[in-house]
Amino acid sequence: MEVLKLKDYKWNAVTAECKAQESQKTAGCSGEAKTVPRKRHEIMKWNGWGYSDSRFLFNKKGQAEFTGKRYRLSGMIMPGLKDWFEVTFGASLQHKTPATPVLTSSSVPPPTLNEAFVEELKSTSIPFSLDAEDRVFRAHGHCLHEIFALREGKFGRVPDMVVWPNCHNDVVNIVELACKHNVCLMPYGGGTSVSSALECPPEETRCIVSLDTSQMNRILWIDEKNLTAHVESGIVGQDLERLLNESGYCTGHEPDSMEFSSLGGWVATRASGMKKNIYGNIEDLVVHIKMVTPQGVIEKSCQGPRMSTGPDIHHFIMGSEGTLGVVTEVTMKIRPMPEYQKYGSVVFPNFEQGVACLREVAKQRCAPASIRLMDNEQFKFGLMYSQMKNENVASLLSFLMKNKCTSLITSFKGFDPNNLCVATLLFEGDREKVLQHEKQVYDIAAKFGGLAAGEDNGQRGYMLTFVIAYLRDLGMDYYVIGESFETSVPWDRVLDICRNVKARIVAECKDKGVQFSPFSTCRVTQTYDAGACVYFYFAFNYRGLSDPVNVYEQVEHAARDEILANGGSLSHHHGVGKLRKEWMRDTVSNVGMGMLKSVKDYVDPKNIFGNGNLL
Amino acid sequence: MLKKRDDFEDILEERRNSSDLRYALRCYTPVLYKGMTPCKADTLKSMVLQSNQLRYVISQVSKETGRATDDVREDASAILEEMAHSLQLSTVRFFAFTLSKVFKTLFRSICVNEEGIQRLQQAIQEHPVVLLPSHRSYMDFLLMSYILYTYDLALPVIAAGMDFMGMKFVGEMLRMSGAFFIRRSFGGDKLYWSVFSEYVKTMLKNGLAPVEFFLEGTRSRTAKSLTPKLGLLNIVMDPFFKGEVYDVSVVPVSISYERILEEALYAREMLGVPKPKESTSGLFKARKVLSEDYGSIHVYFGQPVSVRSLAQGRVNRCKFNLVPRHIPGKPSEEIQNFVNDTAYRLVRAQEENMVLKPWVLLASLLLQHHHQNQTAGQERGIALDELTAQAVWLRDVSREYGAFLNWPGVITPSEVVSSSLSLHRGLVRICEGRVQLAVEQTGTGEPHSAVTPEEELLSRAVVVLSCASYRNQALHVFIRPALLASAIHAASSNQKQEVFNSFSFLRNMFSNEFILCPGATVQDFEEACYLLVKTRALQVTQQEVLVTERGQRTLAFLTSMLDPFLQGYQFIPAVRKFIVKHLLAGRLRYTEVLSSDLQKNALAALLRLGAVRKIKGAEPGTLKVNAVMVNSLEDTLGGKLPMQKAVSARL
Repeated sequence: MEVLKLKDYKWNAVTAECKAQESQKTAGCSGEAKTVPRKRHEIMKWNGWGYSDSRFLFNKKGQAEFTGKRYRLSGMIMPGLKDWFEVTFGASLQHKTPATPVLTSSSVPPPTLNEAFVEELKSTSIPFSLDAEDRVFRAHGHCLHEIFALREGKFGRVPDMVVWPNCHNDVVNIVELACKHNVCLMPYGGGTSVSSALECPPEETRCIVSLDTSQMNRILWIDEKNLTAHVESGIVGQDLERLLNESGYCTGHEPDSMEFSSLGGWVATRASGMKKNIYGNIEDLVVHIKMVTPQGVIEKSCQGPRMSTGPDIHHFIMGSEGTLGVVTEVTMKIRPMPEYQKYGSVVFPNFEQGVACLREVAKQRCAPASIRLMDNEQFKFGLMYSQMKNENVASLLSFLMKNKCTSLITSFKGFDPNNLCVATLLFEGDREKVLQHEKQVYDIAAKFGGLAAGEDNGQRGYMLTFVIAYLRDLGMDYYVIGESFETSVPWDRVLDICRNVKARIVAECKDKGVQFSPFSTCRVTQTYDAGACVYFYFAFNYRGLSDPVNVYEQVEHAARDEILANGGSLSHHHGVGKLRKEWMRDTVSNVGMGMLKSVKDYVDPKNIFGNGNLL
Repeated sequence: MLKKRDDFEDILEERRNSSDLRYALRCYTPVLYKGMTPCKADTLKSMVLQSNQLRYVISQVSKETGRATDDVREDASAILEEMAHSLQLSTVRFFAFTLSKVFKTLFRSICVNEEGIQRLQQAIQEHPVVLLPSHRSYMDFLLMSYILYTYDLALPVIAAGMDFMGMKFVGEMLRMSGAFFIRRSFGGDKLYWSVFSEYVKTMLKNGLAPVEFFLEGTRSRTAKSLTPKLGLLNIVMDPFFKGEVYDVSVVPVSISYERILEEALYAREMLGVPKPKESTSGLFKARKVLSEDYGSIHVYFGQPVSVRSLAQGRVNRCKFNLVPRHIPGKPSEEIQNFVNDTAYRLVRAQEENMVLKPWVLLASLLLQHHHQNQTAGQERGIALDELTAQAVWLRDVSREYGAFLNWPGVITPSEVVSSSLSLHRGLVRICEGRVQLAVEQTGTGEPHSAVTPEEELLSRAVVVLSCASYRNQALHVFIRPALLASAIHAASSNQKQEVFNSFSFLRNMFSNEFILCPGATVQDFEEACYLLVKTRALQVTQQEVLVTERGQRTLAFLTSMLDPFLQGYQFIPAVRKFIVKHLLAGRLRYTEVLSSDLQKNALAALLRLGAVRKIKGAEPGTLKVNAVMVNSLEDTLGGKLPMQKAVSARL
């Protein structure tokens, strides 16, 4: 498995099974490898994040390791994690809360079927399934309460059937049938939602059909003159990039969930990618969208790069969260692959200086492809990872080097290890420009007391992004639950919102009887001209609580109130779903709500797309 | 109603037993908010001058006036120079030393609740802290700093009136001990307001020091809490509303003096002998006070109040999202109401923890007795044992009402009474076992003809007003029951609704006079009913309010407590001379109605109720009288007219 040791950790997450599929060319398709099979649960966890073969665990020696072979971290042992885990959460390896190991089909409620619909669907030969595994897999996203319930083997309302359209026309047929037979359709892309968007409304009495777009995953054409690609909406991020890379292109759209999230999902939630500073967010990347609605297909007649034709109809589609229809095909901008990539990191004496530096970088509009600022807690967490051990000698050596570097930083005068924070950077472009750009950014950082802290620290930071979701599953094995949530906020409010929301989380936990001090940290993950995107991470040890999920939800609710009271937005890119619906009216005003409602009423009067999100 | 309160420790005790010098020079290492290091006064000034808010206002003022920005900035800088404190530990040590000496001479003890100090210490480390002491004496803020120094707590910066600056040397000394000075009025001066508010906010936000100011705005000359001023409270809450701090802890502090240093001074001032301008020489003249016994002081640090939890569900902080926070704006109605309610709550919290000495009860009884005798034409005083018996009765009543009474338990009631009387011998006279107010000018030696009746009346009034200021200390305990008692008295029937209407009228009338939380009429009525029912003075049914046999005495006491105020308000539209005439003619009983404080409050009430109104453009102080309204108010207060039916409230 040489390929798995490629330095580029992101694209090696391809399974052997997927490779096998590569040869199974589907009729009419260009024959790309499929990462996502119809039976997702064969390679992915049904009650946790990501691939079944990749997970954190504490081995017999009590050391943490990451299993599998997909990631750079795979097969590694992290001796520091146990201490960090026990100290941070007051958790103990003796106190376990294991998940229900297997899905018992009998405890899944039987499907309510619309026989006429099923009959007609059969005649179209679009594949579908009534299996409990398939239905349960599509009944949830990755909110804490959703995963917690699955681990306990509890299922609420789940879709009654799953259909896998193969192309745009299949979707048109399905939507027509759904309208005809009054069936509720819920589009399903990557399933990485963290807004309860995939939860079936419990009050829905109609047959709920989960429309899984995963098999619509082809790049239909690439236009090198205009630098655009026309892609089916079900393609997941890693496949899109990998396939484009084969032709020397990329979209540059890399949300943290890109291994699993789909193009259609990005459009439906107004996604944002790590490298948006160069490539833009989804709304900047999209040139043309085709969506199937109960009223028919909506699309623009041309691919002009900008139009003055009334309100942009794309903006009714982007962020509609599956309430209006199914996005089937998207024309996206593409770019030649960057000639050169370079990671970097800067250590700041404190978070305030770090934010001031990011602000200055944004002001001078010289942000690298990605620039992120971690607070002190996350900095310490990162340090713990820098002490990873591997069997091979080379990495042991590099570990020593890193360790030396760490002690250098912490002993640097004026730097208090309890205040330090770190920014990670990613530069992209042609080599010369990257180096020039790098110098410019480091010069600005120096003005704010920032010290360059090496490429490795930066790279590790980005790598952790992909495994952090796996870490939550480990916590859940030992009484620790948590999640992240995000917001966007004007520059002048960044420090205030970070301080106040973190403090609110701590205060609420105390108030709700949480026995251990919570892990409450944040990072600034995106910079804009007028503000920044801030992520909060929040986890706690729930031993001694009778209803931990309820406590968690109350605290998160309070934290969201605090975000809004401090001038933060309801969401930067996670979307509203059902989790944040209650704040929508205050967020967009009564008239705004009315506008959105009237669009929904016109496009989908029978509420075929009845997932109940947003409004 | 008995509240759990902390115990007191006398901080002078240690001072009497160990070296003051060593105390003044000891190691002082207070804990600070978030472990901050205190910043230099100069750094603070430049932070203020460079703040976005001030820069914005400077450029605005410069645009409006056409003056150069630099000039305006100079002005701002000058204002800041005039205002800013320059806290120095050496000065604090100097005060620690001298005040130890002074306090030991003046006072028997200075009692502090140490649990309150511990709570404060905790609060200082968690959030920026605002200290809100009651204000009865010049001594208040020196005393506060002295106590905080004693307990190794962060020294506060204190908002003080500019009048102190008149005293050159003392002003600078106070500045160096943490006082900053604000002009009494700066109405429309945008720049001044901006420098001032930014200065306070900068100190607060950065947690550089606890900010201390007096909610009542000025010293209460009557010992009755003054209706709160909102300006500074608004300023210190603003950083919370705007999310600049997570929370602000507000700590009400109740300072009770057994004998107020300025006792007679206040009475004269209220009677129109103008307030002496604060001057250094004037303060030294006060040296004669040094030879007297002023009893003890009780300082109670109340429970820290979290502004965040008060604002929960009442203030929508999102309102501040749409305008940059450094642009000053008028607070919204929502905020104004919130700040106003909070201010009242805090003043009530101060009142509740005010320690009452037995003398306060005695003063109330003696005053009532004085007036009754006066009407009866005899001024023979009250027998000492009768007074003792009444005092014991009142002690028990006030305890039931939740008063924080400091009645020594180890000695007999008669000893308590006599020791109280002896401490206040300037105000009472005991002869032949009878006690009365020292209202007659005996042994002045002046020829009788030189004293006009007016002058004699005024000098009598000085004693009455001084005495009243002690009675006033207990008013907050009795005010709600007293309003109810008077309402029952005034109401034409025992119908509950009728009584409530009457209560609500009186309460509304007196809301400038006493601390009555806005919008809390029903709660106050219920509280009053509860207390009187609990003490078995009243029976309250669904429809009726009935006074019990046993309750007659209580109600009589309560009504007479309010009587001077009722009478005062009846005659307010009339001028002072007129009052004097009436008093002399015996038509008015209460010398207290001469108090400028009462007149001021009454006038404010009339303005509020629309009986008089200010005339725009006319000379300041010109008022237009709404004759119909005034007459009706006068009659209603005098008991000639039934109370107007208040908007029917749910009881």
